[in-house]
Amino acid sequence: MTGTIFGLVGAALIGIGLFGMLVRRDALLRILSFNLLGGGVFLVFGAVARRGAGAGFGGDPVPQAIILTGIVVAFAATTLAVALVLRLAAAKDRA
Amino acid sequence: MILGLVADGLLAAGILALALACVATRRAFASAALFIAYGLLLALAWARLGASDVALTEASIGAGLSGVLLLGGVRRLAGLAEPSPDAETGPLLTVLIGIGCAAVALAIGAAVLLLPDPAPSLAPQVAANLATTDLGNPVTGVLMSFRALDTLLESAVVLLAVVCVWALAPEGGWGGVAGPRQPIVRDGPLALLARVLPPLGIVIAIHILWVGADAPGGKFQAAAVLAAMWLMPWMAGLAPAPRIDARWLRLVLAAGPALFILIGLGGALAEGAFLAYPPGWAKPLILAIEIVLTASIAVALALLVMGPPEPPR
Repeated sequence: MTGTIFGLVGAALIGIGLFGMLVRRDALLRILSFNLLGGGVFLVFGAVARRGAGAGFGGDPVPQAIILTGIVVAFAATTLAVALVLRLAAAKDRA
Repeated sequence: MILGLVADGLLAAGILALALACVATRRAFASAALFIAYGLLLALAWARLGASDVALTEASIGAGLSGVLLLGGVRRLAGLAEPSPDAETGPLLTVLIGIGCAAVALAIGAAVLLLPDPAPSLAPQVAANLATTDLGNPVTGVLMSFRALDTLLESAVVLLAVVCVWALAPEGGWGGVAGPRQPIVRDGPLALLARVLPPLGIVIAIHILWVGADAPGGKFQAAAVLAAMWLMPWMAGLAPAPRIDARWLRLVLAAGPALFILIGLGGALAEGAFLAYPPGWAKPLILAIEIVLTASIAVALALLVMGPPEPPR
C-alpha cells in the first residue's frame, strides 16, 4: 500500500515538474521544476523497488542502488545547469 | 497499519502541496526555500518505502546541497539585476499545458496501478550472492559489486561535471579561486554553526562511511556531509576556497575514480572480468575504494556548489 501511495505521488510530481518546466520562464525555476520531475521518476522507481521486497529486504536493493546513483547524477547535472545560467546572466550583464 | 496509512497520506499531501507551491510561487527565493522543505519530506517518504540509503542521500544531496546551490544561484542572479526578457506564459497556453501534464501524470499513475503481480524482483539473487562480498548492506553490495560499473561511471560523471563547471570560468578567471568571494560573517547563526558543526559533522560522516558496509550509509552520503562541512565555513568566510589549478586538489579529485579503475583492471587480470574481486578480497578492496572515493566525491560536490572561478577584479 505504501508503495502504491508514493508511486502515485511520483506520477503527480512528474506532472507538476513538467508543468513548471513548460510554464515558468525563469531559468532557475525551470531547473528546479526539472528536479521535481526527476524526484517523481525516482519515486515511481522506488514504488517498483518496494513491490520487489523479499528475501528479508524491505525493498529490491537493485533499483534502490540505481536511484541512489541517479540522485547524485541529477545533482551534478543541476550544478552544471545553474553554472550555465549564472554565466549567461553575467555575459548579458556586461553587454 | 491504520497509523501507517495516515502517516503516508499526510506525507504524500505535504510533498504534493510543497511541489505545487514551488512551481506556483512568483519569487525564485521562496521557490528554492520550498524546494528544501520538499526534499526533506521526500527523504521521509524514502524512509517509509524502506529505502534508508536513498533517504539519507535525498536528505543530504537532494535537499541539502541542492538547496544551498539554488539559494546561492538566486542570490547571485539578483545581484546581476537582469530582468527576464521573456513574457509570462499566456492563460490559454497555461491551461493547455496543464491539461497535457495532467494527462501524462494520469497515464503514469495508471501504469503504477497496473504493475504486474507478483512483482519482478532481484532481491533473492542479491540475498543469495551477498555473502561473497562479506557486506551486510545489500545496497552497498549492489553499488560496489553487482553493479560496480554503474558506480564507477557515476564517479566519472561527477568528475566530468566539475570539469564542465570549471570550463565556464570567465576570461582571466582560469586557475583562480573557485566560486564567488565570501565576505566574513562575524555573528549570527551561520558564524556560530560554521565553527561548531564541522567537528561533529566530520565524525558523523566517517561513521556513515564506516557503517555503510553493513547498515544504511556509504560513500555518497558521507561525501555529501563532508562537503557540507567544508561549504559552511566557506560561506561564513572562515575557510578559503581552493585555487582550481592546485595540484593537491586535482590529485584528490582523480584519486577515487583512478583507484576504482585500477582495482577493476586488477580484477580483469586476476579473475578474468573487469571489476571482479578475487575470492576473500572483496571486502578489503571495496572498503579501500569507498574510503578514497569518499574523499574524491566530497571535494567534487563542494567544488560543484562553489562554482567556477570569478573574473579577476
